[in-house]
Amino acid sequence: MEKLDLAELGLRAVNRRLQGREGAEETAFEVTGLKGEHAVAAGLMSPISVTLKGHVGYYCAGMNKQAEIVIEGNAGVGLAENMMSGTVRVKGDASQSAGATAHGGLLVIDGNASARCGISMKGVDIVVKGSVGHNSAFMAQAGRLVICGDADDGLGDSIYEARIYLKGEARGLGADCVEKEMRAEHLEELAGLLAAAGSDADPKDFRRYGSARQLYNFKVDNVDAY
Amino acid sequence: MSHDHPTLRESSLFDRATIHEIQRAASEGIYKIRGFGAKRALPHFDDLIFLGASVSRYPLEGYRERCGTDVLLGTRHASKPLKLDIPVTIAGMSFGSLSANAKEALGRGASEVGSSTTTGDGGMTDEERGHSKTLVYQYLPSRYGMNPDDLRRADAIEVVIGQGAKPGGGGMLLGQKISDRVAEMRTLPKNIDQRSACRHPDWTGPDDLEIKIRELREITDWEKPIYVKVGATRTYYDTMLAVKAGADVIVVDGMQGGTGATQECFIEHVGIPTLAAVRLATEALQELGLHRKGVQLIVSGGIRSGADVAKAIALGADAVSIGTAALIALGDNRPDLAEEYAKLGTAPGFYEDWQAGNDPAGITTQNPELARRLDPVKAGHRLANYLRVLTLEAQTLARACGKSHLHNLEPEDLQALTLEAAAMAKVPLAGTDWIPGLR
Repeated sequence: MEKLDLAELGLRAVNRRLQGREGAEETAFEVTGLKGEHAVAAGLMSPISVTLKGHVGYYCAGMNKQAEIVIEGNAGVGLAENMMSGTVRVKGDASQSAGATAHGGLLVIDGNASARCGISMKGVDIVVKGSVGHNSAFMAQAGRLVICGDADDGLGDSIYEARIYLKGEARGLGADCVEKEMRAEHLEELAGLLAAAGSDADPKDFRRYGSARQLYNFKVDNVDAY
Repeated sequence: MSHDHPTLRESSLFDRATIHEIQRAASEGIYKIRGFGAKRALPHFDDLIFLGASVSRYPLEGYRERCGTDVLLGTRHASKPLKLDIPVTIAGMSFGSLSANAKEALGRGASEVGSSTTTGDGGMTDEERGHSKTLVYQYLPSRYGMNPDDLRRADAIEVVIGQGAKPGGGGMLLGQKISDRVAEMRTLPKNIDQRSACRHPDWTGPDDLEIKIRELREITDWEKPIYVKVGATRTYYDTMLAVKAGADVIVVDGMQGGTGATQECFIEHVGIPTLAAVRLATEALQELGLHRKGVQLIVSGGIRSGADVAKAIALGADAVSIGTAALIALGDNRPDLAEEYAKLGTAPGFYEDWQAGNDPAGITTQNPELARRLDPVKAGHRLANYLRVLTLEAQTLARACGKSHLHNLEPEDLQALTLEAAAMAKVPLAGTDWIPGLR
């Protein structure tokens, strides 16, 4: 375990070390002195494990590939944005646009997530143990968003092929987002996601939401929705 | 009765195109979507003329004396700025909107003359990367196909906030152009009408943009120049804010900029002309003390000739980008396709249905049979020829003004033929010292 003090080394040096640009052979890191710094552990590209001891600012773990990152604090805007693979877990809350456009990997938020969680997600799995803010899964293309708490208005607005599992209540669904049948394969899929996230929630308590696919092509009958 | 009967008077308000559009709208109940760019008459570079050298100025020999054309882009923060041989670059156009052969041809043509190409709303293809010596990777609101590996193999990154054909709007790719490959690259089902997001998913204003740019630099080790592209509207303030956010290069796309597919009302009615935008962006950079010494300006939207290139540079651009003109150089709208255009209800010189996917030239299509018609080697060479001509023309005009480098052109070399152009470009009306609004 290599310890890095960001306050002492600076962001550039810490990220270069974590990105393996200094030829590091170490595979486990602990970073302190975070103080809400932005873009911490952004652009990692190897299967290392990183523990961030404190709160982080915007775009923490952005575009992560393969790394396993744990944030022992809260995270700012765009946590794990465009993540490709690996795992990111925040033990506190996450600000808006968590997991935005992410293509793969697993994002676990032990607390709550703010607005637009999973916006334009493209294959990532996101498990939020608390609640999510408005317009979560907006234009979500692929992947699974699991919400163990409630969802604010506009859930799944303009959603494509992503799937949403919600345990609590949605204040309102967005355009073209509808509740769908929870079949056996969905229960199995959800059970796997909850287990991976370390949640003991019961899949049978969840409902599934997805696209009604009514806005996929321009139709004059949908003019009110455009 | 013939439509060109000499006794018939056409309404200038309800002309034939307007009447046809009302009839189409009444029949179909959906706005018109098309490609190309604005077709209405707008103040443009044609409304400016150069003051060639005479007694008070000393010209350079037109064929022999050196007139430099190179340009450095991204000198502010990037450790690897771009050095282009000519100041004419290829604007962002997506694979999806264009065929793979067209993208390859753009790369071949630009590389042949030492210029750059730009990806589009759909990610980076291997063909494009392989055939473009210098490739700018667009970072768009949709983030289709966005990944850190392509970010690192790009030569520069262009954060796209808007484009001239539709400032405030997102991309559009209709279902008929979504092939298996396009769908996979964009992580979307086949055959749906793709309406890309109009705003970025994880930042909302210039303060956030500054942090976003810093993240992109961290991911790419501070090597790549970061461009910020805006559609021309509040160009002075947009330029100021983009510079404040950390941009190395500002790209301003005027309302004459083309598009693969957008609502016609958007194309014709949103944004300001390129002529006005280049001056506003230049003023912002001058006020910041960064014009021609820190932040570069690329201007696009209706660049067609070397005269346009020279005038844009004289007004303050460091380089220009072309899109529509590049496609025409590849073979779009060419006369030998007249019969096939006729089957589509159009004609060479009028073809605008780039959204439809049935382009007989094989450029704006994903139909494999049509796409095969475009030979990327030959088309690339046509583009290279065209880029050479643009450069030679611009050099000709610069030498006539006594300039040993295109960047030595300045507003003082220009006058305007119309009041509108004089006011927008802030150069005097020809034969006077009058700049409307200034003196």
